[in-house]
Amino acid sequence: MSRMEEAPLDHAGVQSSRLQNFSYRLSHLSGDDMFEVLSNVFACTAVVIIALTGIVLVRGSIPVLGKFGLGFLTGSGWSTTFGQESYGMLPYVLGTLVTSGIAISIGIPVSLGIAIFLAEMAPTSVRVPLSQLVELLAAVPSVIYGFWGLLVLSPWIAKYVETPLTSGLGSIPIFHGSPHGLDLLMGGLILAIMIIPTVSSISKEVMMAVPTSQREAAYSIGATRWEVVRMGVLSYSRSGIFGAAILGLGRAVGETMAVTMVIGGALGSEAVPTSLFIPGQTLASLIAGQFKEAESLQLSALVGAGLVLFGLALLINVFAQFMVWKVLKVKAGAVE
Amino acid sequence: MTVGLLEQVKPENKSTTLQQMERYKILTENLHAWFGSNHVLKDISIKIRENEATAIIGPSGCGKSTLIRCLNRMHELVPGARSTGRVVLDDSNIYAKGVDPVTVRRRVGMVFQKPNPFPTMSVYDNVAAGLKLNGVRDNTTLDQAVESSLERAFLWDEVKADLDKPGSSLSGGQQQRLCIARALAVKPEVLLMDEPCSALDPVATAKIEELIVSLKESYTVVIVTHNMQQAARVSDFTAFLYLGQLIEYGETTGLFENPGEELTERYLTGKFG
Repeated sequence: MSRMEEAPLDHAGVQSSRLQNFSYRLSHLSGDDMFEVLSNVFACTAVVIIALTGIVLVRGSIPVLGKFGLGFLTGSGWSTTFGQESYGMLPYVLGTLVTSGIAISIGIPVSLGIAIFLAEMAPTSVRVPLSQLVELLAAVPSVIYGFWGLLVLSPWIAKYVETPLTSGLGSIPIFHGSPHGLDLLMGGLILAIMIIPTVSSISKEVMMAVPTSQREAAYSIGATRWEVVRMGVLSYSRSGIFGAAILGLGRAVGETMAVTMVIGGALGSEAVPTSLFIPGQTLASLIAGQFKEAESLQLSALVGAGLVLFGLALLINVFAQFMVWKVLKVKAGAVE
Repeated sequence: MTVGLLEQVKPENKSTTLQQMERYKILTENLHAWFGSNHVLKDISIKIRENEATAIIGPSGCGKSTLIRCLNRMHELVPGARSTGRVVLDDSNIYAKGVDPVTVRRRVGMVFQKPNPFPTMSVYDNVAAGLKLNGVRDNTTLDQAVESSLERAFLWDEVKADLDKPGSSLSGGQQQRLCIARALAVKPEVLLMDEPCSALDPVATAKIEELIVSLKESYTVVIVTHNMQQAARVSDFTAFLYLGQLIEYGETTGLFENPGEELTERYLTGKFG
């Protein structure tokens, strides 16, 4: 009714009535309005935090970016000597990509195996306790993984994996080096172990959400147990599994403490990952290892490393979204 | 003399009728089934004739779905489910030791209550899925099998231009016929249908019923339905199940017009169920 009366009003009239409406609503806030305002505020916080982080990182890295320009991204120098400073992030970007690559190429298959076992093979009496155990692994602080990697896994890997590989296949560049166990391979391995709990428990949930009718469809045309998993379960849940893998990759890229403890902490051109068996450095471990002594331009370089890491994480997410949209949704049609 | 003639003729007659009657494709002997401690099928012995449609009717929870799921060993896939007794398909017990349930399910196909095409696969791949499991890789063989299965399922004309579209993009009735085509592609001998129309509208239902009538020329069809009119329309034989027991089994026309058991009559006239 009121709308009919308002219709012939001129523009100013509409505006004033809107204003009245707004002040009326402000003075008579219902529970629903409160809820709307609150949820809007909380939604904005996420945007504000991202924006603030970006601003702080950009401002902090202005000195180093001003001095080296694009060379900060493509260079591989590391010199803190006053007057001869040189900072390039290329080795650490590559180090991050290599360790994350090792992490997902080992971690994802293992996680999928765990998830398939838990969701499809294990009886309930095994599934429930084992699932909880796997999820518990996600709660172990990363410094503990780092410690365990440093004291237990690293010597073992050096002795039983790296030594045979270097002596047998040392002529291949990526297996070149001295096997002491604190290197890029170790960094990647510790990351692989650390992403397993998250990736496997999410994949398990996604697989368990697949309707029984899909499994029955596969069984009814004579599929074996593995074929049922492949045809009825994995293909149905593949977008969810892909999401879990990206989450794992995100964790691997940003994980700091454990990697810092086992990666060897190389700097400058020595940190360029030419072999799996040389000490390396990731963007995150660089910041964690260097921030204590850093000041002036070196501090700015570390903030710049943070900016690059921020950008890399963003890029991975955008790429993942693109993949989900392009490969899964469009080609396969109606997935979920 | 007349007596002798009669005696000569009688056994001959008897044996031919017996032969006709005994073309059983699949039969159960003292079949019991449980879900955990719940005894859902009690001592079912039923003989299902070849190239006929047999309907299984009865109120909800009477065990009719369980019964047909025992015929292709799908029942045992449910955690806690078990069964005893024999199910004989062409003279051999499918529950005998050493029988691979996978081969049983390739001979005894199944269509479910809700259409369940593989959503990530195209129409073509949905139909070809079973053949690919069997190791068929040759494209011409696959093409032919997909076309003939879709034709048998009365779906070819509707989808022949959209074979690359996802199976889930079809309408509900088309999806169900796609599932029938998927089952037919592996060339089963028996086709089990578990309330195949319960999720469909009347038009789609009519189409499936028409399809069932044409399918029984080449397959033995067993259909579970809660719709008595549907049983009367499509089936040649009807079994009435109540509380896990086989109450009555016989020719559909006879059972519907002149039920032998009081329970059957009360169910058919809608006094319970």
